[in-house]
Amino acid sequence: MSEPLLELNDVSVSFDGFYALTDLSLKLYKGELKSIIGPNGAGKTTFLDVITGKVRPTKGTVSFKGKSLLGVSEQKISRNGIGRKFQTPRVFENLTVLRNLELSASPEKNAFSLLGSSLPQSSKDEVHRIMNYVGLTPFATVKAGSLSHGQKQWLAIASLVAQAPEVLLLDEPVAGLTDEETLRTAELIKSLAGDHTVVVIEHDMEFIRDLGFDVTVLHQGQVLTQGPLEKVKSDPRVIEVYLGPPEQ
Amino acid sequence: MKLFQRLVPWILLAIALFILPAALDDFRLNLFGRYFALSITALAIDLIWGYTGLLSLGQGIFFALGGYAVAMNLMLNTKSLAGGNGIPKFFENYGVAQLPFFWQPFWSPLFTLIALWVIPAAVAGVVGWLIFRNRIKGVYFSIITQAALMVFFHFFNGQQKLFDGTNGLKTSTTELFGQLVGSPDMQVWFYRLTVLLLPLAFLVCRYFTSGRFGDALIAIRDDESRLRFAGFNPVPFKTIVFLVAGALCGISGALYTVQSGIVSPQYMSISFSIEMVIWVAVGGRGTLVGPIIGATVVNYLRSLVSEALPEAWLFVQGALFIFVVVLMPDGIYGWITKGGFRTFLAAFGIAKKSNTYPQLDKEAIPVD
Repeated sequence: MSEPLLELNDVSVSFDGFYALTDLSLKLYKGELKSIIGPNGAGKTTFLDVITGKVRPTKGTVSFKGKSLLGVSEQKISRNGIGRKFQTPRVFENLTVLRNLELSASPEKNAFSLLGSSLPQSSKDEVHRIMNYVGLTPFATVKAGSLSHGQKQWLAIASLVAQAPEVLLLDEPVAGLTDEETLRTAELIKSLAGDHTVVVIEHDMEFIRDLGFDVTVLHQGQVLTQGPLEKVKSDPRVIEVYLGPPEQ
Repeated sequence: MKLFQRLVPWILLAIALFILPAALDDFRLNLFGRYFALSITALAIDLIWGYTGLLSLGQGIFFALGGYAVAMNLMLNTKSLAGGNGIPKFFENYGVAQLPFFWQPFWSPLFTLIALWVIPAAVAGVVGWLIFRNRIKGVYFSIITQAALMVFFHFFNGQQKLFDGTNGLKTSTTELFGQLVGSPDMQVWFYRLTVLLLPLAFLVCRYFTSGRFGDALIAIRDDESRLRFAGFNPVPFKTIVFLVAGALCGISGALYTVQSGIVSPQYMSISFSIEMVIWVAVGGRGTLVGPIIGATVVNYLRSLVSEALPEAWLFVQGALFIFVVVLMPDGIYGWITKGGFRTFLAAFGIAKKSNTYPQLDKEAIPVD
């Protein structure tokens, strides 16, 4: 196999002595699609925090395309091509849906280049295509703050797609969505497969099955097991961490 | 209607330039000149607070720096105020024989015209950059700006030998173009200058708040760390607007100083900088018209109340602030543009609630 796109090596994160990640090692290859599951407190979100530069690991290395990400600012990591959607949908509430997407889609990230210049037509077209895809076109001029929870989730995902990262990290993309919306989100994410590397963190097993990605189970800050969902589900260790030790 | 809306700014400008000077006596006109000068400060605060979410309680620093710059130049160039060795008389009181070095460049009017906005801008740029790059935000930013204000206040207040300390520098008795700065003729010219600079300040603020740069400012206000994950570094954005706001406050302070006749460390008092924020809150933050309304209305009210009941103003100001915060959260301008009287009724629970998407009411949205 070729070089991994993203590589975590022996990463530990400690918050005042409490270890959220312990010696976690994980490789992600270009075009790979991965779901990450694990009980609460397994370190799923911390895992994303480490990759996106929000949390600096206590120990270990993180590299993207062979370059270390340690100590690199969030904005630089994002510009390098790692995009993230947060657990709660974080959108810019006082900007309209269109402006939210246009800001994320902007190829220029420099303060001076935003002054006076407008978005290139190609980015504008892309924004409209994405907005149309997620069904937010009727709400283009509505402020994001007045959208429903589900719509905000979609806007957050759409903003991430508009950003055009190579690696998409999606933290609970279907939390609080209806079954119908969940299904459509799965379709949306699957449509991104191919030219993107996607990591999805979810609790919703139905959704994980819909996606059909390989599953990695995190437990106590470590990788417990990896593989297709069916195989993982029948793993006694996975059953144990989810349901407790079997009764004797 | 569209045409009328486009004409409104020109009509207001014409009223301010031609009708007010004819209708008001010198004293009142001078007061309006001061309100408009303060409006520039309000615009600056709106730029950083209303749009970008940076609540600065230290804009008095930049306001006073602009005022001191212009006052130093006027004092130096007034022969009647010079003491034995050709420098302003007050220096003699403290036994200062030689002009402090930093006064020297202020002999030049051209230097002064540049310094009165470049110095505040530079101070704001450096202070802002240091604060922002260390990711200090929210209430900590407010506290630091207020602490900086106190440092500047005590410095200017305590340095009699440099700035005549607590007495401040009086400009009304200085001369410009051979005329007394405090004379009615000069004051009318300062009024006109202010009326012309206020729209310019407005346009500067509009340049920074419209378009994609403005979107980024609002994004910083809404969720700054989220913006980082979209690949933007918020530090330059915040530093730029803080610097621009500093420059605007400097210009505002210079215009206010020549019209009020004095600059003193009182311009850097804590309460004055908080009042500036109140003007913006009352007028309507996050809009560019609101701060001008706020600064003018609050200060006009202040003049009226102070003339009638000199002790009552602080109570009225407090009541006004509470009234606006509770019943007009978007300020006077926001209140007018978003529903007006209905929002009052809504505060007491007797108004018809609006729908979630008023603009989508007419066409039913297909639910699939």
